Amino acid sequence: MRIPVSWLAQHLELPEDTTPDAIAEAFVRIGHEVEDVIRLDNVSGPLVVGRVESIEELAEFKKPIRYCVVEVGDENGNTEDGKPTGRRNIICGARNFAEGDLIVAALPGAVLPGDFAIGERKTYGRMSQGMICSISELGLGEDHAGIMVLPPGSAEPGDDAKPLLGLDDVVIDLSITPDKGFAMSARGLARELAAALDLDYHDPAVVELPETEGESWPVTIEDEVGCPRFVTRRVTGVDPAAPSPLWLRRFLTLSGMRSISLAVDVTNYVMLLLGQPLHAFDATKLKGGIIVRRATEGEKLKTLDGVERTLTAEDMLVCDESGPLSIAGVMGGEHSEIDSETTDVLIEGATWDPPSISRTARRHKLPSEAAKRYERATDPAINAVAVELAAQLLVEHGDGTIARGRTDVGSPVLSTPVTMPLSLPDRVAGVNYGRGVTARRLQQIGCQIEVGTDEQGVGVVVATPPTWRSDLTQPADLVEEVLRLEGYHTIPSELPAAPGGAGLTAAQRRKRRVASALAVSGYTEVVPFPFTGAKTLDAMNLAADDPRRNAVALLNPLEADKNLLITTLLPSLFETLSRNISRGQRDLALFHIGQVTLPRTDAPKAPQLGTDRRPTDEELAQLTGSVPAQPVHVGAILAGKREPAGWWGPGREATWADAVEAARTVAAASGVELEIVAADLAPWHPGRCAQLRVGGFPVGHAGELHPKVLEALGLPKRTCAMELDLDLLPLDERRPAPIVSPYPPALQDIALVVDQTVPVAQLIDTVQQGGGELLESTQLFDVYAGDQVAEGKKSVAVKLVFRAQDRTLTAEEASAARDAAIAAAGERHGATLRA
Amino acid sequence: MSGANDLYDPKEVAALAPEELQRAVTQASAAFAAAVSLDELATARTAHLGDKSPISLARRELGALPPKARADAGKRVNEVRTQAQRAFDDRRAELEAERDAKVLVEETVDVTLPWNRVPLGARHPLSLLCDHIADVFVGMGWEIADGPELESEWFNFDALNFGKDHPARAMQDTFYVAPEGSEQVLRTHTSPVQARELLSRDLPIYLACPGRVYRTDELDATHTPVFHQVEGLAVDKGLTMANLKGTLDAFARAMFGPESKIRLRPSFFPFTEPSAEMDVWFPQKKGGAGWVEWGGCGMVNPNVLRACGVDPEVYSGFAFGMGVERTLQFRNGLPDMRDMIEGDVRFTQPFGIAD
Repeated sequence: MRIPVSWLAQHLELPEDTTPDAIAEAFVRIGHEVEDVIRLDNVSGPLVVGRVESIEELAEFKKPIRYCVVEVGDENGNTEDGKPTGRRNIICGARNFAEGDLIVAALPGAVLPGDFAIGERKTYGRMSQGMICSISELGLGEDHAGIMVLPPGSAEPGDDAKPLLGLDDVVIDLSITPDKGFAMSARGLARELAAALDLDYHDPAVVELPETEGESWPVTIEDEVGCPRFVTRRVTGVDPAAPSPLWLRRFLTLSGMRSISLAVDVTNYVMLLLGQPLHAFDATKLKGGIIVRRATEGEKLKTLDGVERTLTAEDMLVCDESGPLSIAGVMGGEHSEIDSETTDVLIEGATWDPPSISRTARRHKLPSEAAKRYERATDPAINAVAVELAAQLLVEHGDGTIARGRTDVGSPVLSTPVTMPLSLPDRVAGVNYGRGVTARRLQQIGCQIEVGTDEQGVGVVVATPPTWRSDLTQPADLVEEVLRLEGYHTIPSELPAAPGGAGLTAAQRRKRRVASALAVSGYTEVVPFPFTGAKTLDAMNLAADDPRRNAVALLNPLEADKNLLITTLLPSLFETLSRNISRGQRDLALFHIGQVTLPRTDAPKAPQLGTDRRPTDEELAQLTGSVPAQPVHVGAILAGKREPAGWWGPGREATWADAVEAARTVAAASGVELEIVAADLAPWHPGRCAQLRVGGFPVGHAGELHPKVLEALGLPKRTCAMELDLDLLPLDERRPAPIVSPYPPALQDIALVVDQTVPVAQLIDTVQQGGGELLESTQLFDVYAGDQVAEGKKSVAVKLVFRAQDRTLTAEEASAARDAAIAAAGERHGATLRA
Repeated sequence: MSGANDLYDPKEVAALAPEELQRAVTQASAAFAAAVSLDELATARTAHLGDKSPISLARRELGALPPKARADAGKRVNEVRTQAQRAFDDRRAELEAERDAKVLVEETVDVTLPWNRVPLGARHPLSLLCDHIADVFVGMGWEIADGPELESEWFNFDALNFGKDHPARAMQDTFYVAPEGSEQVLRTHTSPVQARELLSRDLPIYLACPGRVYRTDELDATHTPVFHQVEGLAVDKGLTMANLKGTLDAFARAMFGPESKIRLRPSFFPFTEPSAEMDVWFPQKKGGAGWVEWGGCGMVNPNVLRACGVDPEVYSGFAFGMGVERTLQFRNGLPDMRDMIEGDVRFTQPFGIAD
């Protein structure tokens, strides 16, 4: 919302020495963010009003060029034979002016915004002695439509144009929060500034309405919820060619709107002044009485931007007997639009239901100035004033006549009183504001107040909010008004004493340990976006019925081919790996800890819940159950060398074993032991994929990725990856301390020959179990297949460490335990002791 | 060993004469000193301290002396033997030291050779900062909560007093979950955790929630569609806006140093009333200390408390939220937000595992 300071000053007693910065600061202090303070005084040198005396069209150039003689007053003109001619010759490329028009001329010596110095120069074969200016060249707005033509009679050639254009003004650009629709007007902002600076304020909406007789147009409201009030006034005999007065155009321009025609400009001006959007119909185009109703599903209307809109049953419409005229509060229709021949104007000033406008504006993607105000709620008490003001301006500047009647239908709810303990603002702020502050501040924003006591003898204030403050509905709203006007800087800083917490949860501590452990092990943490697409899942070679394809889709993804939420961290890791490789990295080890989104198969539908009470436990269970499961996963990916080549040797390529090792690092940091089982799961290599289990339950996979997958994803050969579900690992909060035996160990090495197909992990498991209690630990130190063992066999060499808690073991005891271990391996895996 | 010899004739045991003994010691010491290697020293030892050395031979003669003379001579022999042994030990220590020094010199390596045999990993600075923030609040006696990133609209909006058609709901640039009408979104802020925790915990509550949130902003230097926020929520009897300010001041000092502080400006959020934007005084700001926009905050709207089953007549609360990326950006001087999310290891590795 842009507002010129000069306009604010019309409605309050602003001391002359108030600087624009002080005004901006005051707005910020009470809660209106200032985007910009735009000073218009950045034009220097001669800027004068000129009258175009003659135009010579120069046709010999690529585009038509005009060579104009401009009357600029004797003091500013040329001299001929020692006598002033009062004329300057100016080249101009724009064509939207005619001989006799008043324009603004920048003469040699003038400097326009952007350090644009004007001089006498030869161009298009003529001497040009200045420039005929457009609105944007003067820094008055973004309107590039052409040069600025002043209304006839608004000035004399040679007049200084600066005061005329308001170039001594300052525009404040504010961002208005969605609760404060009333501040989207000069009326509202002046009131706010008056309250912030404790100044007297004059409400421009306090106007005595003239007596009227009868209706100005028959209007029927069929939906009073959607349309609480509808006011019309008719002005006939308006001169369609009458230009808008300069002051009006200036306000529009400085407020960021374009001047279009008198009737349109007037409705926009009143909206900017009072915050009440108006709509102007060409009354001769209306057929019969106006009906305000909801659209029927599929009904069509061509809006004045030329787009045919298909309406829904929720959209409010203003119609006549022939059908829809406009989408209520959002945009007018093309058919009933004011045009260059309109003389008979029907002005509409309606109140609309904010949620309805909000939905309609969003549905049709029409965030118009009117919609922005309506969806934030307008003042339902000023419709007639706003319409009257617009009608009067049409009379004054367009030679029109106001028809006798006024239509004013509907019965809006104006405001509901709010009762608040007088001390509440003090209690919420933690400040002692002193007597009378609350009452004074509430009155300042327009509340009617009554101070009294309730049944318990507590001082209360009953505040009836003003009609433009429908946002004030509860005591907390009133509290905010007192606090913001008193200023948040008056609130002290007092650290509350929290009762003392239990620290991080076990899961939170585990997550940190896992991250640190992986980082210390050489993995770099990444935080990629959790989006993927079917293409990536295809490249991962996931089967059609793979549960990881059951992904949640977004309705409005940023990239159409990344519309799915990840069900596994791998796609995100692939992408990050790929980006690093494209930037020249070769040896990479990355990890990510993040949520994945797994839709539940039989998720309940979210219950329809209000917010006026706590949901029941059952409703809550349904609600939380309706949201997909989102476990925290940890994933890692490796490419290139795990250990680089260097002076110590050739380095070592990352392998499937490193991926499994990463999983073990995670398990160790989580205090659990992993079991490894061979598996075949996409996107891993079918012969190099380990399923990771804890307590027999699968928690993830690790290994080398499938060569075809790597090819499809454009990733380096032999890339390895690991992913496991951290939430599936049991949280081991109080681990029992082990009892450490002080006795020496008895060590025995064995080499077992088994079939190649026997998984070593299982063999060792069997040995461990077979060795019984005395077998403290095992250590695999060799796996051999080759000439020394039979075809299809391998030799697995294991160091056995035997120890008892209470004595030094004898050789016989250790040997007996060893033999038991070997026997178990023989029985279970057909293992024989290697000769 | 011969027995006591009454027929003592000192002439026959000249080897025990003091001058003889002295000469043997002198010769031994000279030989040890002359040895230039441990091998030579061993040879000299055999010659001068071995079984056949003059000192050993002299010792053998002791038995032939009468008791009194034996005692005297024995003393003399032991003295010279000790002297010679010391001479040997000293020389051996010298030679061993020389040898050791030589070995160590020979074993010298270039310790400036690159040592990056085991590659270093790193935590991501955003995760580290989230951890740091959590620690600050844990230090104040608060607890840390987490919540799902795909959230029901009720938690993300309704329970937080965003009316179904309130413009604030549209302002959030929400990612919606298919199909239309799923009533699920990617959470637009960490505030739904407020509602979840209010519904599940006993009062009072002092909670911080760092986490990932989503808005449909295109990625550029200052915007990212996926970013991190930290949410704070305290609900207790008698909490005031002064308490909110005190908490934020303490947090600002923990993040930006003891001179840092907070400034509040009135604003609007549906879930707080009164609401405020907060600026933080950042002493190390580029171009001089100054205020930096940091986040939003306010007193929990009674409507939110009511929806979560908390009586606003008895309890009050405050809440705040700020962007972690933004905090990292001005705390660590990062001009481009994309660096934080692209996962380029060259960006992350310098952060190591400490923040």
